[in-house]
Amino acid sequence: MTASIVSMTNVSKHFQQLKALNNISLQLAEGEVLGLFGHNGAGKTTMMKIILGIEKTSSGDITIFGRDPQSKQAWQDRRHIGYLPENVSFYDHLTGVEVLSYFAKLKSVPRRQVAELLELVGLTHAMQRQVKTYSKGMRQRLGLAQAFLGEPKLLLLDEPTVGLDPTATQEFYHSVDRLKQRGASIILCSHVLPGVEQHIGRAMILSGGRAIAIGSLAQLREQASLPVIIQTQGISAQLNSDPLLASFIKDNGSLHVQEHEKISTLKQIMSYDGITDVSVEAASLEQLYQYYLSNATAIKELSNATAFKGVA
Amino acid sequence: MNAILAVASKEFQDGLRNRWFVSITAVFAILSLGLSYYGAAASGGEGGGSLSSTIASLSSLAVFLIPLIALLLSYDSFVGEQEAGTLLLLLTYPLSKGQLLLGKFVGQGAIITLATALGFGSAAVMIGFQSGFEGVFAAFGLFIVTATLLGLAFISVAYVISIAVNEKSKAAGIALLVWFFFVLVFDLAVLAALVGVDDGLTQQGLVNVMMFNPADVFRLINLAALDSGDVNGVIAVAINSSQSITVLMTIMVAWILVPLTVARVVFANKKL
Repeated sequence: MTASIVSMTNVSKHFQQLKALNNISLQLAEGEVLGLFGHNGAGKTTMMKIILGIEKTSSGDITIFGRDPQSKQAWQDRRHIGYLPENVSFYDHLTGVEVLSYFAKLKSVPRRQVAELLELVGLTHAMQRQVKTYSKGMRQRLGLAQAFLGEPKLLLLDEPTVGLDPTATQEFYHSVDRLKQRGASIILCSHVLPGVEQHIGRAMILSGGRAIAIGSLAQLREQASLPVIIQTQGISAQLNSDPLLASFIKDNGSLHVQEHEKISTLKQIMSYDGITDVSVEAASLEQLYQYYLSNATAIKELSNATAFKGVA
Repeated sequence: MNAILAVASKEFQDGLRNRWFVSITAVFAILSLGLSYYGAAASGGEGGGSLSSTIASLSSLAVFLIPLIALLLSYDSFVGEQEAGTLLLLLTYPLSKGQLLLGKFVGQGAIITLATALGFGSAAVMIGFQSGFEGVFAAFGLFIVTATLLGLAFISVAYVISIAVNEKSKAAGIALLVWFFFVLVFDLAVLAALVGVDDGLTQQGLVNVMMFNPADVFRLINLAALDSGDVNGVIAVAINSSQSITVLMTIMVAWILVPLTVARVVFANKKL
């Protein structure tokens, strides 16, 4: 097994009474992209701070690049970590290029990267303007350029696409994919990101400081057993008379089938000549998120105090 | 080391950019020139006052102004970045809290130091041309050094405030209260204790109490070096039993280092 970039074992963090994180275990390999989802206060930011070495753990073990992030030796590793905080507003009176140069200097990154990164995030035209004249999206892109400084081996991005227009979001995901190909491990932290599915290898869903689900999207779909929705056109009469398919039909005429029944169902549908169109939609990340969250709430209500073991 | 320099140069450039440096320098220069020309008018004299009366008036004004300027320059240094979110970000960089603190101190300290040297220094040069250089540089030299130390001391105090609180407005309020306490309340309280309470304070005790106020130490150093004719109030009493200038200077420096150390400790325990 290759060494994990991030390795957390039963990590907990308590603030007085509040259990911000509870028994989180996570192995993040090189080149892996993890989506970290959860609503406000679920512990996402605390988890990031612990990985970044800003917060100490209350219990449990954590190593980043094989070292305790609190230790002195981990110091130089910080040059290989990129972080985009939520709601950061950079020095308003500085220009874009000045802000980025400052951070580059602190990270001992060669100056030429500043221009390259501004180009990458599409801010070259505005780099000589003061940050206070920037729109929300431009500030966010400046923040991303900051996180990309020094070609990080580990990237933590908190709400990276907030305020970005669709084109910029696409470009952002391109950058993520490129960094991933170069072997960077990335943690994307968000409520739910539309369109993030193709870009993450695994997802972790946090609620109340616990990991209520972790795994690849396929695994999560499997465990949740949410149906695949199949829409057909032109054969609604035949569907109702087909003994196999009729049982799957829901109110709006679409078919709800389990993942393992998908192919056989599709074959059956395809055998009808009248079919003019078909669409297959697996459970979206958002549906999975809702499913696991409501599941967790239900279990919490059942046994308020007893510890709930994470699904994975 | 590079990180400290990077922070320091950014802070220094910020000071240049937002006109702090120019304003402080101008205020100091105008103040000292004005006082040297018109200082004597108050006592019915004409033309330039004596050098010692100029320094005496300057000290009394500087003791109000410099702490205020230093506190205003630095009160939001940390809490401002905390509110913007950049403080959290900076701490994920290969930059320790101590380096950040030191870098900011060097940068903003350089602003105050240069402004003091240029502002009062230019006035000293002009006064020198006007009435001869003899004694001017010695008197102004001591004044500029102590004024700088006073400014640095209040920058350190401002850092303690800026790190300890979580809201900019609160930091501003506390900074003003601190200023009010050190330049006004403290002396009044000492005076009241001296006059109102029998055997409350001996003369030596008074001087010792004044060591707890950097503004008073500043005045003690400057006024002790002058003819006592231009000096009155609590200071006059204190000067008679004053410590050597070395001791007083050491205490000034301690007033820089101790708050900085406190700021460092508070920073280490601060939750972001």
